[in-house]
Amino acid sequence: MTDLTALTIAAARKGLEAGDFTALELTDAYLDAVDDAATLNAFITPTPEKARQMAKASDARLSRGEAGALEGIPLGIKDLFCTSGVLTTAGSHILDGFTPGYESFITANLWNAGAVLLGKLNMDEFAMGSSNETSYYGNVINPWRRSGDETALVPGGSSGGSAAAVAARLCAAATGTDTGGSIRQPASFTGLVGLKPTYGRCSRWGIVAFASSLDQAGPLTRDVRDAAIMTGVMAGFDPMDSTSINKDVPDYEAALSSDIRGLKVGIPREYRVEGMAGEISQMWQRGADWLKSAGAEIIEVSLPNTHLALPAYYIVAPAEASSNLARYDGVKYGLRAEGEDITSMYENTRAAGFGAEVKRRVMIGTYVLSAGYYDAYYLKAQQVRTLIKNDFDKVFETVDMLLTPTTPNAAFAPGEITDPVTMYLNDVFTVTANLAGLPGISIPAALSGEGLPLGLQLIGKPFDEQTLLRTAGVLEEAAGFDAVPGKWWVEK
Amino acid sequence: MAVDQATVRRIAHLARIAVTDDEVEHLEGELNAILQWVEQLRQVGTSDVEPMTSVVHVQREMRPDEVTDGGYPEKIVANAPLRDGHYFTVPKVVE
Repeated sequence: MTDLTALTIAAARKGLEAGDFTALELTDAYLDAVDDAATLNAFITPTPEKARQMAKASDARLSRGEAGALEGIPLGIKDLFCTSGVLTTAGSHILDGFTPGYESFITANLWNAGAVLLGKLNMDEFAMGSSNETSYYGNVINPWRRSGDETALVPGGSSGGSAAAVAARLCAAATGTDTGGSIRQPASFTGLVGLKPTYGRCSRWGIVAFASSLDQAGPLTRDVRDAAIMTGVMAGFDPMDSTSINKDVPDYEAALSSDIRGLKVGIPREYRVEGMAGEISQMWQRGADWLKSAGAEIIEVSLPNTHLALPAYYIVAPAEASSNLARYDGVKYGLRAEGEDITSMYENTRAAGFGAEVKRRVMIGTYVLSAGYYDAYYLKAQQVRTLIKNDFDKVFETVDMLLTPTTPNAAFAPGEITDPVTMYLNDVFTVTANLAGLPGISIPAALSGEGLPLGLQLIGKPFDEQTLLRTAGVLEEAAGFDAVPGKWWVEK
Repeated sequence: MAVDQATVRRIAHLARIAVTDDEVEHLEGELNAILQWVEQLRQVGTSDVEPMTSVVHVQREMRPDEVTDGGYPEKIVANAPLRDGHYFTVPKVVE
């Protein structure tokens, strides 16, 4: 039999419908792959028993002709999504033993569509990180290595476990969340497609909150069609999330056609940052050429406030995080460290439960919201956010979409970046879409000279995921990216 | 606006995070580096700019003021590290 883990969702769906293999066989193939890949540390909690149970139920539904949109498809779930009866950690020590009694809106949608839970995926603690080095459960290792070099590399973050698991064929697709680039940057580092939908498209209910005005969930997949399939199931209105938008979910898969004639694509000149690697700017140029030969018009545009995006983000996100993370107090769930009174119990619990990066951000957030500094920092950052949104509104009067690189560099080694501000610069091209609430997608477009994947990003108009996916499909076809990492992690 | 070690301790207390002397020293440097970096926002004129308070503007739908959820105390306290029946327990607060 062919290697079942090599199949995309679309291909597996076809095979299941035709009866070429069963959902249980497909799930078992993935469970074996998960067993073989402990080195990558992509999973925090594998759920093999639950997976086999769900796969058997899928087989029963398939035989009755009642297959859902993701019937029998084995998925990995970022450990930020609450899953009923399954340990949910957010990559943090402070959520020790937390077993939710409820299911997030998005995962409930996935199970209702017939998907199978393979397990919960590793991630940066509370989604704070760009390299998956802040997880309490240890670093995730990128399945990709530089050619002829055995140095371990980071998978990006914060959805690093999701990216490594999909790239290493440990699950057919995975969920991620993206607050400043946490889906798109790891997708770029691992040769995957990663989509951050418009803010409000996917409900945040049941997702552990980081920065509520920026967080948005989306899929990491092997190709654009799979991204369309996953997004179609994940999206939807949810009265439990007051920022969820009541808008019909279009048929994203049906929107995939290669016709982008007349599409106007903007190239923002401010993204041509100083010192950008030659191979990144060449890939960017090639991307523009591909779209042009498919009939799109390429227009240089300006987003003059781009350089303010990261500093504004690093005020807004920590401020919201400091407020959201106030709930971890050793009382309601998770870790508790005793103290002589209630205040020292809180302080000891949070000191023991939070890692260094989370403490740093909670403290920055506390500082910028504290009396006397609110206007100078937080209010100012919110005003800058308006300027950034206005930039996008203005260019979207003349173009339909923007094309940029996803990241300024390829994957790096763990420990290579130790300065927080340098690490934050990884999100320089992705963070603007979060601040403005826009949909963005990363598509693998090239291999670097060292043999590592590099991604191109498209940023679209609000709720225009269809055009975004269609254009991503054109880039995908032109790029013909079919490289996969060698399975060095499997012990012979 | 640079923070000193006393300020780091004050913020840590506001954030309810116990810090050691070593950590205070580290955090002083790290927080200052981050604050110095975001300082560039001060150069931007924003006196006539509205702060963005929500990304998408929607009129929230009204709903009847009715209880639609609840009634499962066991589920609520199930994850508590310490509990007494359906109560969370904490160190004594009132003497």
